[in-house]
Amino acid sequence: MPTTLGEALSVLEELKGDAVPIAGGTDLMVSWPERFIEHERTYLDLSGLDELRAHRWTEDALEIGALTTFWDIVRDPQAAREMPILVDAARTVGAVQIQSRGTWAGNIANASPAADGVLSMMALDAVVELAGAEGVEEVHLDELYLGYKQMRKRADQLITRVRIPRRTLEFQSFVKVGSRRAQAITKIGLAITRSDAGWRVVASSMAPTVKRCCAIERMLDDRVPVDGPGGFAAAIGSDVSPIDDIRTTAVYRESVMARVLFHELARVCPWICAGGDSV
Amino acid sequence: MTMPLEPGQIEVAFTLNGREVVVVVDAAARLLDTLRYQLGLTGTKEGCGEGECGACTVCMNGNPVNSCLVPIFQARGCKVETVESVENEAVFALLGSGGTQCGACTPGVVMTVLWIVKNRDVLETHSVRELMAGNLCRCTDYDGIINGVDRAAATGGAG
Amino acid sequence: MSTPLRREGLDKLTGRERYVDDLDLAGCLWGMTVRSPAARGRIREVRFGDGVDWSEFVVVDFRDIPGPNEIRLIELDQPVLAADRVRHIHEPVVLVAHSSRTMCRRAIEQIEIVVDPEPAVFDFRVEPRAEQVQHDSDNVLSRISINKGDIEAALARADHVVEGVYETGAQEHVYLETQGMAAWLDGDVVVIQGSMQCPFYVLNALMHALGRDASGVRVVQSSTGGGFGGKEDFPSNLAIHTALLALKAGRAVKMIYDRAEDMAATTKRHPSRVRHRTGVMSDGRLVAQDIEVLLDAGAYATLSSVVLSRGIIHAGGPYACDNVRICVRAVLTNSVPFGAFRGFGAPQTQFALERHMDVIAQRLGLDPVEIRRRNLICDGQSTATGQVINDGTDRVALLDLAVAESKFVEKKAAHVSFHAGSAYCRRGLGLATFMHGGGFTGSGEDTLKAKLHVGGCRDGSIEVLSAITEIGQGTKTIFASIVAERLGVDASVVTIATPDTARVPNSCPTVASRSAMVVGRLLERACDDLRARLGLTPEDRGERVQEAIREWHVLHPGEALLGKAEYERPPNIAWDEKTYRGDAYGAFAWGTYVAEVEVDLRTCACRVLSFHAVQEVGRVLNRTLATGQIQGGVVQAIGWALMEDCVWEQGAMKNTQFTNYIIPTTLDVPPISVTFLETPYAFGGGGAKGLGELPMDGPAPAILNAVADAVGIEPVSIPLTPEQLLELLSHDDAT
Repeated sequence: MPTTLGEALSVLEELKGDAVPIAGGTDLMVSWPERFIEHERTYLDLSGLDELRAHRWTEDALEIGALTTFWDIVRDPQAAREMPILVDAARTVGAVQIQSRGTWAGNIANASPAADGVLSMMALDAVVELAGAEGVEEVHLDELYLGYKQMRKRADQLITRVRIPRRTLEFQSFVKVGSRRAQAITKIGLAITRSDAGWRVVASSMAPTVKRCCAIERMLDDRVPVDGPGGFAAAIGSDVSPIDDIRTTAVYRESVMARVLFHELARVCPWICAGGDSV
Repeated sequence: MTMPLEPGQIEVAFTLNGREVVVVVDAAARLLDTLRYQLGLTGTKEGCGEGECGACTVCMNGNPVNSCLVPIFQARGCKVETVESVENEAVFALLGSGGTQCGACTPGVVMTVLWIVKNRDVLETHSVRELMAGNLCRCTDYDGIINGVDRAAATGGAG
Repeated sequence: MSTPLRREGLDKLTGRERYVDDLDLAGCLWGMTVRSPAARGRIREVRFGDGVDWSEFVVVDFRDIPGPNEIRLIELDQPVLAADRVRHIHEPVVLVAHSSRTMCRRAIEQIEIVVDPEPAVFDFRVEPRAEQVQHDSDNVLSRISINKGDIEAALARADHVVEGVYETGAQEHVYLETQGMAAWLDGDVVVIQGSMQCPFYVLNALMHALGRDASGVRVVQSSTGGGFGGKEDFPSNLAIHTALLALKAGRAVKMIYDRAEDMAATTKRHPSRVRHRTGVMSDGRLVAQDIEVLLDAGAYATLSSVVLSRGIIHAGGPYACDNVRICVRAVLTNSVPFGAFRGFGAPQTQFALERHMDVIAQRLGLDPVEIRRRNLICDGQSTATGQVINDGTDRVALLDLAVAESKFVEKKAAHVSFHAGSAYCRRGLGLATFMHGGGFTGSGEDTLKAKLHVGGCRDGSIEVLSAITEIGQGTKTIFASIVAERLGVDASVVTIATPDTARVPNSCPTVASRSAMVVGRLLERACDDLRARLGLTPEDRGERVQEAIREWHVLHPGEALLGKAEYERPPNIAWDEKTYRGDAYGAFAWGTYVAEVEVDLRTCACRVLSFHAVQEVGRVLNRTLATGQIQGGVVQAIGWALMEDCVWEQGAMKNTQFTNYIIPTTLDVPPISVTFLETPYAFGGGGAKGLGELPMDGPAPAILNAVADAVGIEPVSIPLTPEQLLELLSHDDAT
């Protein structure tokens, strides 16, 4: 077990990316005994890398370490004040037992289209720091994913830090629609922010990856009037591509995303208000 | 003194219920397997093996975790507490409030409850219901559990 | 007197309680099951992969079964291990054991069951095509009918005839401890220890399949982590499997299902479709109930005929109606067999009825409370089977109490103002009035004649010897209280023997809400018998009894002192199994439940905001335990109503994980308010009626009625998932 980042990276390089980094294990260890084929892989235990554990607030960013857990952020009053959608998201990831082990970096690395942490981080313009033998590289979170479970991170790179810029946020909202009120895997997730950088609308479980919805963001930046959920249908159609799966249907996803979006925005956008039928 | 390890086995030292233990286990073992089948501490139960039900909850370095999701190699050097460390007095409140029925979820419930009681400041930001959402119970309406936490928290655990 | 605490509670709360997987069996092997990949067909071949040294494994197939390849329950249609044909996916074919669980897991992946498929049937609502028929001419495994009065004439003269079709889905038990069994040989005796509700069911099944008499088999219950009916029938199958492996291995074997296997391969609640055609007068009085019930039995008969029986008896509900016709059928499909589940058919038929009552009220412009008030059985009136109810319970008062306790009227008014201020939330209230019969249906108790012993021990302590299992419901605590009350001794001198077929008499299974009511009554009579054997009178209590026990042992060294009781039918109970007329149960428990829900029109998710459960259950023997039973049952029913959705593919459940089969968490349910009315039942233990299943019957219709009230649509099937409700609301928008 490596205790410094340097050691960890040299192990990764040595194994030519064949090692699977493991931090909190809350994704990797699910149904572990039945997945015995995976027992034979080599795991790179990151849990000893103390230098990557803490998160800190710099003058212009929140820096989340590779081992920072959801619970670390949930318990940080500064986060609750400044970036409540991070806390909101973290509180919906499993329950305390998962939040105390699961990491923000792991949430990114697992590349699930339903990742709740990624959803909020992307809406806050997070930047991911990738370290490899060849040095350190920064990738914007909204450019990290290439497709389902595919990302712009090489197997010999580790996510070492996530940097979230501290901006004045006029509005931020996180909505998770799951199959129950706790411990649910997201059927539709939405994180919305508004800052001097403009609107950000990010959706989860609506496409092969967590995804920014640029058409919707443009509608908001341009203050296009909307008088009901149906007003977002076209933009949703161009931004995301929901599917039927074991959790819900494409129809439900599309329809509920429009309704949630409408009602969230109607709270703060005067140009978005109920015309006829509001639901 | 270290015994030579068989292929695929590792040696792990950690603190279990206040005592140092060293185990030689299959490298692919989970903390849950090690507790139950290696160390004979069968109080911790497996309900689902996927971190949903919380029956396998133990405290690790002070926080509740699902021991079915902890690879044993990550327990190295950690402080692990299981339901076997719990004294009768600590759970009287739950007994009186109807907090256990069939008992299969109970050891996990108890570990989360006692963690809340020990860390009462979490109640400033969280409701007991939210903190207990990671422990599924099929016998109760959770009310007996919630009331048990409230009672125990009010009396510092002695119920 | 304070409420006695759960006897084994501290052991459970400190992890000392031992469940089957906690037993330390030195050198035991782990057993696993290889299952059919096909829903129906002929087994052509079983291929064992080359990459495994099979000599290291114990392998069992149908040829290793010493007795008939049949699981003895009601019918003998289900094989222990499929021999030449399979009838459902996951049907067990081969068993494998090894000392390493991981090795075993790897090995079973290397066994391929090759099946030549035959046409299977999955939708129980559709008439089977000729090539899909697998039983009689129509796949109907079991049918029953009830006729009371003249249904056609009554329908003809009714002011209105209201029709409706209602459906309920399967439900997984989700006991937190999965199915598990251990087996070993003690000399020539096969010993089984495991998680179960009914040790003698397991014993009988083992004797049959192993070709042994009772002296060659012993069954012991280990602490059982929840049952809900799921450990009524299925443990027999697993016990035989484990015993076969142990016999072949000559060593102890454990079979512990993991969660996915448990969800995929074990029984669930029967899906149902119920049609109602009801004749009703303009004032709301029911004059004709014409009801047709269809249950999906799955691939084998299991307990379906009995589930059907309880279903039909409860289908007419707690209403006085002079003309009733009910026809029920259980149909074979190639789904994993459905089996016992808390409520046993009654939740399905009363869901339909109680939803239908609201539909009738809506149609007639009547208040849902009022239409029930006008039809509830009064003492002297009769149920669908003609059972005259005379138990002193005022069911209208019970309804009125529920309305008052839940602040039904006040909340309705509050909802109006809530809606004015809410953009997308709608609230509604719904109720259900219902009943649940305690004990076996019809003449069941009379035929099976349960037995129970009470032992007086040398030190003056008292031991209860019964086959009733503690599965979380609190039987150990209740039984100790009953003895304490009957003999005037302290409960601490009473011990409850472990249900072990080598020691305890057959008290019949721990099912049907019968433990406290029926077996509790046996316990009282066995206490009386013990006292009589000691030459004491009922006035002799407490230390006098204990002293007499000690003296008896001095005079009878080496002998056992046992008070005994066998079931006796209460007087004035008559049942005709052929016509389904008469007294179906010794006593009914009665309930009125009120649910308040909030529907989020953005997500179409329904949340139960408050829930009031008011019921009459005879005398309450232990308030904490009784309340816990009601609350837990209500929550299980909330899950069934709103979120527990079995996703099927080729008759097998696809969502076999806790991440995708969703049960309620702390945040999904409100505290359940419980109120008891108590009219002691003269022939129940301590005056109790059965209450374990009652709370499964009322919540689903109350909740759906509340949703109908909230959003103005008429949902007819459960689970009412957000996806279903979205569809209903969209359809409503379009029309």
